[in-house]
Amino acid sequence: MNTLLKIIKFQLHDILRSKWLIIYCLFFLLLSYGLLSFSADMSKVLVSLMNVSLIIIPLVSVVFGTIYLYNNKDYIIFMLTQPIKRRTLYLGLYLGLALPLVLSYVFGIGVPILFFIKDSEINFGALAYLIIAGIFQTIIFTGLSFLISTVNENRMMGLGLSIFFWLFFSAVYDGIFLLLLQSFQDYSLEKFSIAFSMLNPIDLARIFIILKLDVSALMGYTGAVFQKFFNNNLGIIISLFSLLIWSLIPLLIGKLKFSKKDF
Amino acid sequence: MILIKKLYKKFAQLEALINVDIEFPDGALSYLVGPNGSGKTTLIKSILGLVKPTSGEIIVDGIKLNGNYEYKENIGYMPQTAHFPENLTVEEIFKMIKNLRSRKKFYDEELIESFELKKEMNKRLKNLSGGTRQKVNAAIAFLFNPKILILDEPTAGLDPVSSGILKDKIIKEKQSGKTIIFTSHILSELEELAENVIFLLEGKVYYKGSLEHLVEKTNCVNLERAIASIMSGAAA
Repeated sequence: MNTLLKIIKFQLHDILRSKWLIIYCLFFLLLSYGLLSFSADMSKVLVSLMNVSLIIIPLVSVVFGTIYLYNNKDYIIFMLTQPIKRRTLYLGLYLGLALPLVLSYVFGIGVPILFFIKDSEINFGALAYLIIAGIFQTIIFTGLSFLISTVNENRMMGLGLSIFFWLFFSAVYDGIFLLLLQSFQDYSLEKFSIAFSMLNPIDLARIFIILKLDVSALMGYTGAVFQKFFNNNLGIIISLFSLLIWSLIPLLIGKLKFSKKDF
Repeated sequence: MILIKKLYKKFAQLEALINVDIEFPDGALSYLVGPNGSGKTTLIKSILGLVKPTSGEIIVDGIKLNGNYEYKENIGYMPQTAHFPENLTVEEIFKMIKNLRSRKKFYDEELIESFELKKEMNKRLKNLSGGTRQKVNAAIAFLFNPKILILDEPTAGLDPVSSGILKDKIIKEKQSGKTIIFTSHILSELEELAENVIFLLEGKVYYKGSLEHLVEKTNCVNLERAIASIMSGAAA
């Protein structure tokens, strides 16, 4: 077995016993179960799940990831004194954290749906999109948290930055965007707003799901522009591609910084 | 053999090591000494590849360090403090380390026996006392029977009995030809065995050579006094 897989395995041993991960999983279980019990309309349930997921997943991933790296600094130093490549360790730590988070999300959302499968018509396509978007949010924000805690020695600073990024992407960004649209409404802003929403991973994930669900009321300005500018399918592909870039860039920068860091 | 040539390391504001030239010969017990903040730990971390030198080079057994990692196969390192993932048990830690270095076929488990770690095996690390963690640390450093042992304050946090056990183990390993580097204040018996004393102060090497020579040179009765005399000389 290669070293990367070994590191991931040790990490899973540790993290799967963490009470926070279990709470995270229970949260999605209860949410999914509750929404399904209250409403028979599957697409309403999916939209509600989407709204909550797109707030909670980035928050938990970025904060959990940052705290995890700071708390395990000594462990990381210890591992670096073993014959292991730095890059391998970084990737192993990253995958070993992102994987359990993804698993508890998929498990939490998925299991109640399996129970309700007979009672309601399930839009499996849209459900798959919701899960893919959730996985991307976990991957992106865990990557971001690793970058933040690798670059910052000070843990308060690192934690503050993590929360700032979450708040920025989930709330402040939309505010700035609306303000810009308002101020420059005399101009054609379509291309600008496409570019602007590609720079926000949470907005991208939202557009990605909404285009599939085809709920025009929830599309928002960026979603509508995406739909108009591309058609639904091309819009989905482009948002998926941008999410992929978002997953790679913080991770790769973090890996580079980690390789050069003094411990 | 570890060769350090013109090693220079600067952190943001601070010059931690200034043109350090040291040789740690094979099979010798070297004692790295110096006050807090003198660069001991930075030096050790540079050898382990944890700290990247600003300039200069380090050669371990003929291999120049440049971010490579294979040479660490031959080094056992005992840090001042080490924490492992909190939710793992002691047994899992040992399994993990063995698994990670699976190329070795022989394990030196003497310290696990003499520290009586067997009865702690099923405890989670977060429930262990500081001293027991330190014993686990020591046992891991010796586990792979490495050619080079680097011990950073090995007896800090150990009770007198355990620190005696560790001392005996170090002496035994030295006799079997290991290269050992340690930093400490209190291992008086080991001091006497040290063939090679390196005194660091503010990132510079102030003295390197045998203990007798140092004691003669400063006309002091023991290492502690000799170092105090060098330090007051350096300050003056």
